[in-house]
Amino acid sequence: MSTPAPEDRKDTMVGTAAGEPAPDAAAKRGPSIATREKRQGTLNPSGETPYLVVEDLTVKFPTADGVVSAVNGLSYSVPLGRTLAIVGESGSGKSVSSMAVMGLHDRKRTKITGSIRLGGDEIVGLPENELMKVRGDAVAMVFQDPQSSLHPLYTVGNQITEAYRVHHKVSKDVAKKRALEMLDLVGIPNPIRRFKQYPHEFSGGMRQRAMIAMGLVNDPKLVIADEPTTALDVTVQAQILDLLNNLQKEFGSAIVLITHDLGVVAEMADDVLVMYAGRCVEYGTAEDVLARPRMPYTWGLLESIPTVSAANERLQPIKGLPPSLLSLPSGCSFNPRCPYKERVKGERCTTELPELLPVDGAGAHTSRCHLHDKASIYEAEVAPRLG
Amino acid sequence: MLYFVARRLVSALSVVLVTLIATFALFFVAPTDPAAAICGERNCTMERYNEIKANLHLDRPKVQQFAEYTAGIFVGRTFETSGVKQECTVPCLGFSFKSDRPVTEMLKTRLPVTVSLVAGYAVLVLTIGVFVGSMAAKRRGTLGDRALMSSTLIMSSVPYYIVALMISLYLTILYPILPRGSYTPISENPGKWFAGLITPWLVIGIYNCTQYARYSRGSMVETLSEDYIRTARAKGLSDRSVTYKHALRSGLIPVITIFGLDIAASLSGAIFTERIFDLPGLGNLVLQSLETYDLPVIMGTVLIASVVLVAMNFLVDVMYSLIDPRVRLS
Amino acid sequence: MSDNVRMVDAVPAAQAGTPLLQVRDLKMHFPIKEAAGLGRTKKVVQAVDGVSFDLSAGASLGLVGESGCGKSTTGRMITRLLTPTAGQILFKGKDIAKLKERELRPFRRQLQIVFQDPYSSLNPRQTVSNIISTPLRVHNLVKKGKELDRVQELLERVGLNPEHHNRYPNEFSGGQRQRIGIARALAVEPEVIIADEPVSALDVSIQAQVMNLLEDLRRDLGIAFVFIAHDLGVVRHFCDEVAVMYLGKIVEQGPRDQIYGAPQHPYTQALLSAAPDLGTIRGVPPKERIRLVGDVPSPIDPPSGCRFRTRCWKAEDICATQEPPLEPKPLSTAGHVAACHFAEPKVDLTAASA
Repeated sequence: MSTPAPEDRKDTMVGTAAGEPAPDAAAKRGPSIATREKRQGTLNPSGETPYLVVEDLTVKFPTADGVVSAVNGLSYSVPLGRTLAIVGESGSGKSVSSMAVMGLHDRKRTKITGSIRLGGDEIVGLPENELMKVRGDAVAMVFQDPQSSLHPLYTVGNQITEAYRVHHKVSKDVAKKRALEMLDLVGIPNPIRRFKQYPHEFSGGMRQRAMIAMGLVNDPKLVIADEPTTALDVTVQAQILDLLNNLQKEFGSAIVLITHDLGVVAEMADDVLVMYAGRCVEYGTAEDVLARPRMPYTWGLLESIPTVSAANERLQPIKGLPPSLLSLPSGCSFNPRCPYKERVKGERCTTELPELLPVDGAGAHTSRCHLHDKASIYEAEVAPRLG
Repeated sequence: MLYFVARRLVSALSVVLVTLIATFALFFVAPTDPAAAICGERNCTMERYNEIKANLHLDRPKVQQFAEYTAGIFVGRTFETSGVKQECTVPCLGFSFKSDRPVTEMLKTRLPVTVSLVAGYAVLVLTIGVFVGSMAAKRRGTLGDRALMSSTLIMSSVPYYIVALMISLYLTILYPILPRGSYTPISENPGKWFAGLITPWLVIGIYNCTQYARYSRGSMVETLSEDYIRTARAKGLSDRSVTYKHALRSGLIPVITIFGLDIAASLSGAIFTERIFDLPGLGNLVLQSLETYDLPVIMGTVLIASVVLVAMNFLVDVMYSLIDPRVRLS
Repeated sequence: MSDNVRMVDAVPAAQAGTPLLQVRDLKMHFPIKEAAGLGRTKKVVQAVDGVSFDLSAGASLGLVGESGCGKSTTGRMITRLLTPTAGQILFKGKDIAKLKERELRPFRRQLQIVFQDPYSSLNPRQTVSNIISTPLRVHNLVKKGKELDRVQELLERVGLNPEHHNRYPNEFSGGQRQRIGIARALAVEPEVIIADEPVSALDVSIQAQVMNLLEDLRRDLGIAFVFIAHDLGVVRHFCDEVAVMYLGKIVEQGPRDQIYGAPQHPYTQALLSAAPDLGTIRGVPPKERIRLVGDVPSPIDPPSGCRFRTRCWKAEDICATQEPPLEPKPLSTAGHVAACHFAEPKVDLTAASA
């Protein structure tokens, strides 16, 4: 991101700044909402006051071959009651960025800069014992594979009550009552019997329901769902997506949905953020991004998907491979695979990283592309191929 | 669960039975003649030799002898030597050729020594070994972890008896920091029991702790990278609960498997330890009786060792099923 | 390039009129032991229970269904990685279901399989050249000294750089590894390729590349495909004919446009309805939603009668007592069969925008 950082905000390195908790520092660090919303990238497509604000987030970690910039200047925000889908392929940084929001990255190795605010409170740079209070309470996570994400040696009930008692000083009985309530809420029949069972006695769909029950037991304000249905069958996936949608209506929490499946995005998301090679390349409401996309990578994704309703036309894959995060191409990261770069004058695509700019000069739909006539190219060339 | 226990019992009994037959076969395959051994070399007449043979029932068919020996374990036997009747009470394992004492009685005094030794060993490796391993796993890649792992590598490349002898020599004899090994029954004086065993425990325990630290480190490193550990952290649990409640329980499973396999080895390790620290245990007994071809004693020791082994393995299985609910079903 | 390598072989079989591959009442029952009180009960997992279909030369049949429906087991039986419990696999009229390993050799060449996971299905300690040339040597397909030429030709055919023949699998990305797996299958000039979820481990953009490659192979080399997948979109894209499986049985089968346009079995309808669709966002009216309750039952004790009845909204008493045969229904077009007492086409399940 090229937006200038406010003078009073220090870039904080997690792990080294552990001695400096300062909850009030968050207030100092973050600019006021009014100024923040004017800045590009942070602008929330819905215009509501956001609960989660991520600004200029950068995540780096060293590997044997060099330092990997997994996330590079990512900014987004999600208000309560809304769902933001972060879409991208493997290695795009979508999971890494949300792990940082949960503080679940490897603190010794990972270097995080930028700002992540929950309801106004900065969490980048918080020491582990402060972060622990946030995790599972205000922010909950639902993981991809419920088979491996539930502890195989503890009963489902035990795991849910544990999640509740970490953040609530209550007796086991109270916690149990709460857990049974949650099991019922997520549609697990016969909660009393199920409470005492182990994960291996549950089916895949039931396990994911239990996982969701565990995530929501503390009534979190933000739920991060990392590929929540990828490991499930189609008919069960539909059930789980419905459940998440209904629970959001009931709990009013903000959801960050991480997925590679644009079909799931269409069913779930209010807003969509497309990531490529660690950067946001397009951001807007779901309708904007899926029906009026303004970035060749998003077009490529849409053209690659064989849908159930499409006829047997030849798929239009994006040629080539995603770049290595160790050596990103100069200019736009997507340029080696982009079929439209010849249309930009002066080889800007290979020399200059495009900024994330509003597609129509103003407004919340932004994309990172030098092309001038994105709208007309999409309507004239891409849309017809999509049918 | 009932089925599980029943099946384990059946297989345990068959192991003991096979050992019994094998040791008995040893009795005859062995290139010794017990009767000649008892009779002595100098004033042994043919008459006396035959008498001994008859007394020991060595003149009867082998199958009958085996049946008598086995029956003796359950109902007792009576031997007659030179007109003197000797009652061998249940469980009868015969009489020592050398000392003429009932084997059962000899084992009774010896077994607690070995059991004390092995039990102390188990406690040490399963607590200190596992704890050190878990700590190393949590801090993997740090200097402490690497130092620990290389020191365990060095330790395990030195033969056990050398370590034991050196410690015995330097720490109990030359610089008597540690009490020398001795055995006092726990029922007599628990303090003395403990003091006498502390040095052998430390030697056998520390030496093997390094192995167990390695196993548990490996197993914990793997467990700590599991998805459900990430889930536990995402719930907001402290690092300590994540490691010791969530990771350790799974991490223990392979360690216990190794422990089950290691019990037989620890029994043979006990032979060295008893010898070096001069403890009157089974190991020492079996060494002595091997020197003197005291076959009934050898047989008795092997038999009791196999029973201990089977019992320990059963214990491991029970531990297994307590830790892992998925084992309970099958 | 060797675009015409296979043509010679594939065409005569098609002309003969008999299908290349006929599967008849194929069954795979895995025995399992379960503890029950003091004893043990022997049960069987009916992974596949009576599957029949035909595959003509150059055709592509899609096997779709959710996990545990038996589609992969079927694929493994056809390539005889598993020996079926019962049934026939007629390859050019010869039953290979019970053949012994040695008699099977010549058929192994003709029936190849491409696996889902491009990471675990390639030996990490062998070079690509080795991986691809081993089957060539085993089946004596090339002269000594010509192996490398053939390997490079194959690599080029699947869209990889022929110069990379000396690299190891870990030097390639997931999509490229899948191409290596395909090259290995192609090496022996097969007539049928069983593709078991060949693209489901790949990213969307790479998935499309591999799909197009498979389609080229089918078009250029006339290879017939049995395409096993859970992704209905992928199957629609690739297959002329589709068989929907549920708990070890085919519940509906027919030409692609019939299955997707006018599905008759409630399960097919539910599957199509459950597939998330982009169309809704682009202004196409939302399709009717069918939401099944619960999960797929265990194949150890499948429901009596119709196996789908426990999750079916149409189920009546007859469904529990009488198993519906897979047969043409009154409103079926040619070649469209369904196994349901209350089959009825539904046409509004996929947004027909094109």
